[in-house]
Amino acid sequence: MRLWSVFFAVMSVALLGIYLYAPTNPEWWLPNTYHTLGAHEPQVAEQSVAALGREVDHLFMIVLWLTGITFVLVSVVFCYVAWKFGDEPGRKSTYTHGSTTLEVVWTAVPALILVFIAVYQLSTWAHIKYRSNAPSGPVLAEVTARQFQWITRYAGPDGKLRTPDDIITINDFHFYANEEIDESGRVVATKGVPTKILLRSEDVLHSFFLPQLRIKQDAVPGLTIPVWFDADRPGEYELVCAELCGWGHYKMRSKMVVHRNKAEFEQWLADQQKRQFEDGTGNAQVGSPESSPPNSNPDPTTTGGIAE
Amino acid sequence: MNPTPQSEPHGHALAHGHGDANGHPASHGHGGHDEHDHIHAEPTNPLFKYVFSIDHKVIGIQFLFTGLIFFVLGGLLALLVRWQLAWPWSQVPILSQTAWAEFGGQMPPEVYNKLFTMHGTIMIFFVIIPILTGAFGNFLIPLMIGARDMAFPKLNMYSYWFMWPAFICITYSFFVNGGSAEAGWTSYPPLASFSWSTPGSNEGQTWWLLALLFAGVSSMMGSVNYLTTILTMRAPGMSLFRMPMTVWAMFITAILQAFALPVLTAALAMQLMDRTLGTNFFPPPGHVVANSAPVVGGGQPILWQHLFWFYSHPAVYIMILPAMGIVSDILSTFSRKPLFGYKPMVFAIAGIAGLGFIVWGHHMFQSGMNPYLGATFMLSTMMIALPSAIKTFNWLGTMWGGRIQFTAAMLNAMAFVSMFVIGGLSGIFMAATPIDMHIHDTYFIVAHIHYVLFGGSTFGIFAALYYWFPKMFGRMMNETLGKIHFALTFLFFNGTFFLMHIIGMHGHPRRIADPTVYEYLRGTGVMGMNEFMTINALLLGATQLILVWNFFYSLFYGPKAPNNPWNANTLEWATTSPPPHYNFLPIPRVYHGPYEYSAPTLDKDFLPQTEEVSEETRRAMAEAAH
Repeated sequence: MRLWSVFFAVMSVALLGIYLYAPTNPEWWLPNTYHTLGAHEPQVAEQSVAALGREVDHLFMIVLWLTGITFVLVSVVFCYVAWKFGDEPGRKSTYTHGSTTLEVVWTAVPALILVFIAVYQLSTWAHIKYRSNAPSGPVLAEVTARQFQWITRYAGPDGKLRTPDDIITINDFHFYANEEIDESGRVVATKGVPTKILLRSEDVLHSFFLPQLRIKQDAVPGLTIPVWFDADRPGEYELVCAELCGWGHYKMRSKMVVHRNKAEFEQWLADQQKRQFEDGTGNAQVGSPESSPPNSNPDPTTTGGIAE
Repeated sequence: MNPTPQSEPHGHALAHGHGDANGHPASHGHGGHDEHDHIHAEPTNPLFKYVFSIDHKVIGIQFLFTGLIFFVLGGLLALLVRWQLAWPWSQVPILSQTAWAEFGGQMPPEVYNKLFTMHGTIMIFFVIIPILTGAFGNFLIPLMIGARDMAFPKLNMYSYWFMWPAFICITYSFFVNGGSAEAGWTSYPPLASFSWSTPGSNEGQTWWLLALLFAGVSSMMGSVNYLTTILTMRAPGMSLFRMPMTVWAMFITAILQAFALPVLTAALAMQLMDRTLGTNFFPPPGHVVANSAPVVGGGQPILWQHLFWFYSHPAVYIMILPAMGIVSDILSTFSRKPLFGYKPMVFAIAGIAGLGFIVWGHHMFQSGMNPYLGATFMLSTMMIALPSAIKTFNWLGTMWGGRIQFTAAMLNAMAFVSMFVIGGLSGIFMAATPIDMHIHDTYFIVAHIHYVLFGGSTFGIFAALYYWFPKMFGRMMNETLGKIHFALTFLFFNGTFFLMHIIGMHGHPRRIADPTVYEYLRGTGVMGMNEFMTINALLLGATQLILVWNFFYSLFYGPKAPNNPWNANTLEWATTSPPPHYNFLPIPRVYHGPYEYSAPTLDKDFLPQTEEVSEETRRAMAEAAH
């Protein structure tokens, strides 16, 4: 029944074909879609819009190639065996209990490849997550997750977080691009260090997921976790909650805006401040009740961040 | 029928029975049996023959039937999940007109969360584990090692009947205030701890915890029994390295269960106390939500994850190792060829089990766990791919040069190999911490788990069902229907799950009721794939009706099965189909390993373990094997 070999082979080819087709369709590939500010139609970047994201993609591609080649080799052997060694009258199976040489080879070779993969991943992991590699300098904002919203606090005029003049947005997270590019595409300014935020949760677990930036970090009640990331393509993106957080988990979405440069970001922040604190007569209302955190945490050890 | 341990000076294994310390014949090989063992009469009262039975075969079949019933329930839940993902908020047949009529026929989002929570819970704790270890472990272990029953037949009966409180709790939980649990099968606190957090954490979560506690007690009883039985009750001549891979796999699985389960049990008890007695093991200190009183003292949500995965990662192997053993036996039988690398295969299983205890942190790379720890877990996780690779190569080596008979059992076993390869390879992506950062909690993970647990374990279960059905019920299943069922299952399985890698890579989160909330998932590409997968899932579900038909028709009208329909070597084929109450009239004596197919100088291409061969053949076999 060699038909079964063909059956398995067709499936392997089909599955492989899916991966060959995937890079040609942006919806089938790593997410690189975004909106330029104000634009209606989404755009597709040819690669991740973040330097750290490109590192992750590079590792992804290495593993994809290695596993892809392994899959092809195993599938070829598998289908060949099913083709060649079907039940035929008159032929007898080879009588063997194995081969020590083969065992050694197919233990040692995958072992080396696996150790290579693990070691090769380490530096990127260290860049993105080790606290010792966190960018120095002030944090941009504190992002607090709660059912089913993302609340961002930016420091107000006093430059400190968790004070009454904080600027608070809901489901509207802004930062600015790593590189400022002028009309001709020339880099005119570089921020130097990635954007750093402090991630907290008010109620249950959530997860701060930026698909286009390849960043994910769970928000854990009781912990304040620094997260740093970058984007070099200004535009509008989506911030996703990736950890099940209750009945409304699916709609815990926030807009994320990457501004062209620091000046544009600061202009936006000033507008926000005006909208939040001015009472319409030109007087600021700093310290009004709604500016205090919705559920201020009485435990000073968990407020964190400011000292960093 | 009390399995009194026999005080016996030479450490011989014994058939269960009365403490008769006299009259043991001289030992004949490892694990010698008392040849004067007492055969107990079969109970005549149907209540004890079929219901509260202490016969391992009846208990195995009881596990099989309850497991298959829950399989149907778990599958239906999955189809509803798929329906919502393909056509969010659209009308669902029947349920929209009845249960959800007051919501305009739309599935409420918390119900969606209940669906995937209960799908995962049921499939893992009430289908795969009970069928692989409960049904096939129970049925096969004594038969394959040549024993009359388990070491502790009554404990065995309790292990089944302790599942019933679990069945009742988990089924009842659908109907309590707030409905069933909806914190995922992983039940992470604080979502699972507080009734304010989501409707399912009202009462459903408590019933979920109770159900798992009972299921855990059942598993623990089974493990102790399997370990004792395999260590002490092997037939004369059945040395450890003459045991079939299925028995080895069950043995190592039982060790995994026995050492990992206490941790889960402790964690479940702690969460239960958090929910009912006001303890604070998992909520963080000073946790205040809305106007509730602050949590006093307190713990750490991540602690639950450590405890849960310390069990549940080994549990992944509990769900795959028995299938690996089963598949090894079936591949060898139908390739008419000895298993390639028997000892490396045993060591690979042991290696998976050993490493299985030090990889749990790979579920928690993005959890807030110290990232330095993540780096070590990445290394150990990469290493656990190694024994799986060794096993795959040995399976290919087993088929290479064989004379493959494409029976329904063999096809399912081959599907196990080819699909497990995909599940294993996709695991490497998530073992790599930076890549995991992108694909964690996306559909890539869902694809991986289904390639392992459906592509692996479930094809293993199907293979086992087709292979041992004649032994279990004394009748043959229809092979043609079996092959049709296999081919369609294989097609629709891949159609359902392969594209999940693609949408996961694209960042499609798991556990969201409506992907169209996000712009990057709203397009025709992703939603088109979602629809395609759902249609395949519906067809996959429908295909199982062929199996149901074949199963029940064959059960009553299938042709009578001979003792050894597949010309296999292992001991269960040396007795009648189905085996008598006492399994073997004289306890069989074992002369060689389980995989002596196509041995030189023999006319037939198999050599039952009970059959002694001439000195000349033995020499030829030893020569040819190397």
